[in-house]
Amino acid sequence: MAYDKFITLRSQAVPLPIENVDTDQIIPARFLKAVERKGFGDNLFRDWRYDKNGQEKAGFPLNDKKYSGKILVGGKNFGSGSSREHAAWAIYDYGFRVVVSSFFADIFKNNALNNGLLPVVVTPMFLQDIFNEIEKDPQSEFEVNLEEQKFTIIATGKSIDFEINTYKKHCLANGLDDIDYLVAIKEDIEEFEKAR
Amino acid sequence: MESKTLFDKIWDAHVVKKVEDGPDVLYIDKHLIHEVTSPVAFLGLEKRGLKVFRPENTIATPDHNVPTIEQHLSIKDELSRTQVETLTSNCEKHGIRLYGLNHPWHGIVHVIGPELGITQPGMTMVCGDSHTSTHGAFGTVAFGIGTSEVEMVLASQCIMQPKPKKMKISVDGELKKGVTAKDIALYIISQISTSGGTGHFIEFAGSAITSLSMEGRMTLCNMSIECGARGGLIAPDETTFDYVKGREYAPKGEEWDKALAYWETLKTDDDAVFDTEFSFDAADIEPMITYGTNPGMGIGVTQYIPTGSGLEGSDKLTFENSLQYMGFKPGDKIGGHPIDYVFVGSCTNGRIEDLRAFADFIKGKKKAGNVTAWIVPGSKQVEKAAREEGLVEILEAAGFELRQPGCSACLAMNDDKIPEGKYAVATSNRNFEGRQGPGARTLLASPLTAAACAITGVITDPRKFLG
Ligand code: SF4
Repeated sequence: MAYDKFITLRSQAVPLPIENVDTDQIIPARFLKAVERKGFGDNLFRDWRYDKNGQEKAGFPLNDKKYSGKILVGGKNFGSGSSREHAAWAIYDYGFRVVVSSFFADIFKNNALNNGLLPVVVTPMFLQDIFNEIEKDPQSEFEVNLEEQKFTIIATGKSIDFEINTYKKHCLANGLDDIDYLVAIKEDIEEFEKAR
Repeated sequence: MESKTLFDKIWDAHVVKKVEDGPDVLYIDKHLIHEVTSPVAFLGLEKRGLKVFRPENTIATPDHNVPTIEQHLSIKDELSRTQVETLTSNCEKHGIRLYGLNHPWHGIVHVIGPELGITQPGMTMVCGDSHTSTHGAFGTVAFGIGTSEVEMVLASQCIMQPKPKKMKISVDGELKKGVTAKDIALYIISQISTSGGTGHFIEFAGSAITSLSMEGRMTLCNMSIECGARGGLIAPDETTFDYVKGREYAPKGEEWDKALAYWETLKTDDDAVFDTEFSFDAADIEPMITYGTNPGMGIGVTQYIPTGSGLEGSDKLTFENSLQYMGFKPGDKIGGHPIDYVFVGSCTNGRIEDLRAFADFIKGKKKAGNVTAWIVPGSKQVEKAAREEGLVEILEAAGFELRQPGCSACLAMNDDKIPEGKYAVATSNRNFEGRQGPGARTLLASPLTAAACAITGVITDPRKFLG
């Protein structure tokens, strides 16, 4: 099993109301020299979180004690730029299981799904509702129901349906990734090789 | 039978299985790996207790991190050295062929693939590097993948991908003097923008494309990713077959005849439909240069930087930030602006024809005193050819030196970094903020334009010297 099974999640959320968050900001290039998938969570949003001397920058949501939870809520066009998968690793390793935005860059979305991180696309209006709710009450909780493909703001009861293809949904719910799937169809692959 | 595009023909022939309401399982013929995006994939494989499924179909070379001088010495940067050593030990452990530093076939992945005849028409090829699109020049479905996908290919020789849409870009007519494949690429991206190709796989066609050499075709397909496309390809023809024939991994004897018979069928059917089409006139293309911080911000070298009027909201802000980073003013003439560095190399323009074009141009001239130039061959074989053909003497007589192969200043993961605020005319493919080093200002251009800038020390139209 590649990552934890995704079961219905109820959690507080961390707001990041910034547009076009690119993967260079999520994880700067200088952290790509690792040979292990370790410590990426520590460097998530490195240059936004820490100053040049490694001191936490006040005001950045990840440094703000009043926010916590497994849901990251970002502005429009989240995950643009370089295709580095390290961006998805960093977010997952930090402890997030869901990223919510009104639009995701293609490759980031794929990378996230490949790593057990659920990207939830909501309407711009609903996204604003979420930001408003967190601003009103940082402790406010949200529910992500993968089975029903529903995202709910618990306090107001407002919910929205989100999309995910059947295959990816099955993978997430069972903690399986594409590699598990491919290994399981090894015989089909060998057949294909023979038939060529 | 249903009409198909060239892309359909290759893709469909490699689908092992279609997952309902999910991606295709696509069989991969050749897999290239390098030191940066492979170590975590090998670790993942080991954690699952898996072996490499078809080790003979993966080929490795370290290129992103390697120094371009004194390669016989141990790599100084510890992290880079560890990545390169990890690649070596992973290849040994899993029986994967490795062309390491100092091997006569070492080089940038996308340069050595074609050079060794690993890249052949009709194949599917992947590598954990977005410029894998280079190999599309051979009529190959080739594209970059993430590290999880590298692990998938190692584990099963397959990846899972939804099939992209199809786009055709035609360029017809004769290219003007001084206009190269790089200029076609920069021109197309400036016209359709860096997201114009999103979700698509491009087929390049038209007389201006088929008249390009194999190396020119590689330059063009290399840059297809910069307009947002998954990749780009060109139907194979005599030029392609002549290039592949006789190379190390190319089929030989009867195998060759069989392969050729198949390759000759690799064309888009007359009535096949593309999702999107563009066409351009070769006569409209000038030597190009970029002025901003994405490859779509390009203009003819004699033109003026756009004023940005008409842009609104976040587009306007992006444009202004970009010019501010570059230290340019809207509406300025780009020609004549002083430069500090020239970088000739990368998988876009680091092949022998590029070095020939550069050497030819600067022959008998002198490098400008204010310019630092890094001329980096794409591979050991390119380096060797440059020596044998006497290019090195020409370079040296003009005040240039040839370095050793690697990605170098294309992404500045090694020591070849452009200092903050300095202007670099580069033959590579990305001019993003900080791409060539923190604060570096990159201007993308062809080797010819780079040569003209190197000898004058300012942004210069190469045609001024071409008579
Ligand atoms: S030369 Fe540049 S684009 Fe090409 S493989 Fe190396 S880093 Fe990537």
